[in-house]
Amino acid sequence: MAEYLRRLPSSDGGFARRRSLWSVIRIDPWLLLGLVLLSGVGLGILNSAVDGSVAAIRRQSVYLGLGFVVMVVAAQIPIYRYSRLAPWFYMLGMIALILVLVVGVGAKGAQRWLSLGGFRFQPSEIMKLAVPLTVAWYLAKRSLPPGPKYVAAALALMAMPAVLIFLQPDLGTAILVAVSGFFVLFLAGLSWRYIASALGLILLSIWPMWHFVMKEYQRQRVLTLLDPESDRLGSGWNIIQSKTAIGSGGWDGKGYMQGTQTLLDFLPESHTDFIIAVLAEEQGLQGVIGLLCLYGFIVARGFWISYSATTTYGRLVGASITLTFFVYIFVNMGMVAGILPVVGVPLPLVSAGGTSIVTLLAGFGILMAVSQDKSPVN
Amino acid sequence: MADRNLLKDPGREAGLFSDRLIFAIVACFMLASLLFIRYYYLQIEAYSTYATQADQNRLQTQPLAPRRGLIRDRNGLLIAANEPSFVLSVVVERTGGLDKVLSDIGAIIELSDEDLEVFQKRRPSTRPYAPVPLKFRISEEERARLAVNSYRLPGVVVEAQLQREYPLNTLFAHAVGYVGRINESELQSLPEGPYEGTFHIGKTGIEKYYEDLLLGTVGVQTVETDARGRIMRVVDRVPPVPGSDLDLYLDSDLQLAAANALEGSRGALVALDTDTGGVLALYSSPSFDPNAFVNGISFADYAALRDSKDVPMFNRALQGQYPPGSTVKPAIALAGLHMGLVTSETTVPDPGWYTIPGDDRRYRDWVLRIRGTGHAPKVDLHMAIAESCDVYFYDLAREMTVDRMHDFLAPFYLGQKTGIDTTNERSGVLPSTEWKRQNRGAAWYPGETLSVGIGQGYMLATPLQLAFMTSIIANRGHAVLPRLVQRINGELQEGERVELESIDDTYWASVIKGMEAVVHERSGTAFAMSRGLSYRVAGKTGTAQVIGIAQDEEYNEDDIAERHRNHGLFIAFAPADKPSIALAVIVENGGGSSAAVPVAKAVLEAWMAKQAQASAQAALNG
Repeated sequence: MAEYLRRLPSSDGGFARRRSLWSVIRIDPWLLLGLVLLSGVGLGILNSAVDGSVAAIRRQSVYLGLGFVVMVVAAQIPIYRYSRLAPWFYMLGMIALILVLVVGVGAKGAQRWLSLGGFRFQPSEIMKLAVPLTVAWYLAKRSLPPGPKYVAAALALMAMPAVLIFLQPDLGTAILVAVSGFFVLFLAGLSWRYIASALGLILLSIWPMWHFVMKEYQRQRVLTLLDPESDRLGSGWNIIQSKTAIGSGGWDGKGYMQGTQTLLDFLPESHTDFIIAVLAEEQGLQGVIGLLCLYGFIVARGFWISYSATTTYGRLVGASITLTFFVYIFVNMGMVAGILPVVGVPLPLVSAGGTSIVTLLAGFGILMAVSQDKSPVN
Repeated sequence: MADRNLLKDPGREAGLFSDRLIFAIVACFMLASLLFIRYYYLQIEAYSTYATQADQNRLQTQPLAPRRGLIRDRNGLLIAANEPSFVLSVVVERTGGLDKVLSDIGAIIELSDEDLEVFQKRRPSTRPYAPVPLKFRISEEERARLAVNSYRLPGVVVEAQLQREYPLNTLFAHAVGYVGRINESELQSLPEGPYEGTFHIGKTGIEKYYEDLLLGTVGVQTVETDARGRIMRVVDRVPPVPGSDLDLYLDSDLQLAAANALEGSRGALVALDTDTGGVLALYSSPSFDPNAFVNGISFADYAALRDSKDVPMFNRALQGQYPPGSTVKPAIALAGLHMGLVTSETTVPDPGWYTIPGDDRRYRDWVLRIRGTGHAPKVDLHMAIAESCDVYFYDLAREMTVDRMHDFLAPFYLGQKTGIDTTNERSGVLPSTEWKRQNRGAAWYPGETLSVGIGQGYMLATPLQLAFMTSIIANRGHAVLPRLVQRINGELQEGERVELESIDDTYWASVIKGMEAVVHERSGTAFAMSRGLSYRVAGKTGTAQVIGIAQDEEYNEDDIAERHRNHGLFIAFAPADKPSIALAVIVENGGGSSAAVPVAKAVLEAWMAKQAQASAQAALNG
């Protein structure tokens, strides 16, 4: 609160000096441009992946539209309010996660959904935002870099939801939620010593994890990753097919809507997690580079906004959201290309999705809120 | 709270954040580079590998099963046809869990254990991504139910396929045989190529004998498929070559006449065209429905067929080896004439029994039991044939000796296979001293020669052999070996001609005259047959004693009695002066030849009626 009061006069001055239209509506134009372009490109790729299915495109458009509305609304809320709301948001999410395990709706052997009066949603989606917001709220109040006590508390804040999500079981989201919290901790100046010892610990825990914690299908995924040819027709199928789709795209690609692997249904999940293969097959490496550039632009803008933010909270939240966004891209493109395990992470704003699109754009709304957290004087 | 915040150093925190941010940006850049390198590798370095793989992925080579050759009777009537039917197959690789899909299918349509067993056996030998047949003859209703549930049955395909069908059901089961599903051992021994996409193979009869011709040549098509195996486009196609169509000598009308006449009894009839050797009728009673075997007969049904006392699966016409009884007498009479042992005037005294000089044992004539005496004080060759006098032939046989009898009868193909173009033919037995030494390890007794002289003892012949013997007699010394197939794809097939060493024409005339007397003289053993005949028939009755029936406890007394009754036989050809058909009939436990004669008559009447009709037609056209 004190920090906010101290910053207030200068903020006012900034507004008074250059109140552009964008400032008035609290939207970052470059970020918006990047996201709109990405959404458009994404719809185009999806259109090919679903073979022109109007229903699928309409559904994706609805979620994108909803997402942009949520983004604009989220951008209107001053960043300090997020700080205040974060712990409540977090608690709500925790309750929902526990409920999911008790009364959740299952799909494909996992309980991830909560049905609220006909509306289904994934509480883990809330946590993708609630965890970084809350960890940032917790750390921003402390003197940074955080001491061991606070590090431990912050770790607990991210571990609790991660464990609940892992139990659903949804390893991919669990890791991403934990990672988004960890980014905050890292950006807050977590000592390298801790990081090094944590890495050591992780390496040591691989063996017990493998044998006692991971489920068979998860182990299978890792094994398949290491040697996809070992199970050509089973779990290796997806990776082999996606690699074939990508590789056969070459430099030029086979042309829009011409991807044989996609059109002929060889590529599984081509409209969701494996959609990058559609782009790679049809537009070739050119298309992949283009998409990477578009993502790079958004990530760069996100970092710039975070760098320009004047409050620690804003910086931590903004950079964490941006980094998490990047991780989505990296993990998705990495797994489809066969260098990471298949963990079920969609390609942001391109893969067909529902609530995840809204969550993602809500995150960018918060990033835009951060962008309004500027100091005119350095 | 406030205290702690006051301790914060915004400048230091901002600096720290910037350091970390720069680190993060560098990390992101490196990871992005890693992605780029990976995609560059896949799309540029390994492009050709994956491009090839992608092509192979969507292009699949599929076998195109040829249409099996049709089998028609001499009138063009279809005996073995191909009917479209639906086959449920599973592409194991696409099921994503075979057990679940199989149990899901089982919940939708009925799957027998045998279906599953055969499926599992077939699986290992199927190429990846090729459908493995699970159930044949899917009904419309089953098809609809599968279609409704197809979304949860990945890898399950229902395809139309041509399937063997025998429209005349039981009529040609023994003559033509049947196809069945290729079984495990056949799978292993069959060459891989020709049977791609074909799931049936000839199991018996013509279907088996002519398998190579009936099968046809497999075709190939290259298709673009999706991952579920649905064909999107045919890229390249080499059409299959249908199997050869077979036109048989068999005549459905004669076959039907035989079937009706043999209805309710165990027996067989073989009728040959004396000109061509073509098999006009080949029926074994009881018969069975070959259609039941096409898609795998159920175990219960099969057990019922197998365990039936009447052994319907047994092809009596080719596999049944019976003592020919007196039907062999005309040939032996001919031998006697040819060897100069008797003339048509030679007579033998017939008190009703015969004794070998120096032996007390009486060899009884069959008539002794009925009349208490012999046929006549003196019996000549004509009477011996017409009335089937045993004593005459005892005497002739004794004089002839078994080995000379053997040598004379061997060219009639008694004791050896005729080589008919079908499966399961047995050779029968034409005994000789040599034969007995080899097969029984014992010396020949003179009394045994007498038994052979009346077609008993060790002598065994199949109805086919008897029919062929009859056709040689009908043609007076020559015949064409029996054949079922007349034309292959319209091309006439010639059978092998058999000619006996030259035998005086008068000898033939004497024997045939005796055979005519069998039917047309009041004292003839088949005189009853002559009633209403508009043409002359030469025939010979036979009665075979049933010996060595196992004392099966399950038989009731009536049954045992029935099964101990003599087999009735009859051979005949017609018309006697200008023969066109020769046949042999056996009725097991018929009591005597009187059971067999009507069967022969029914078939002869059917044949002669057709001949008359044909010549009338020819006259009309000419």
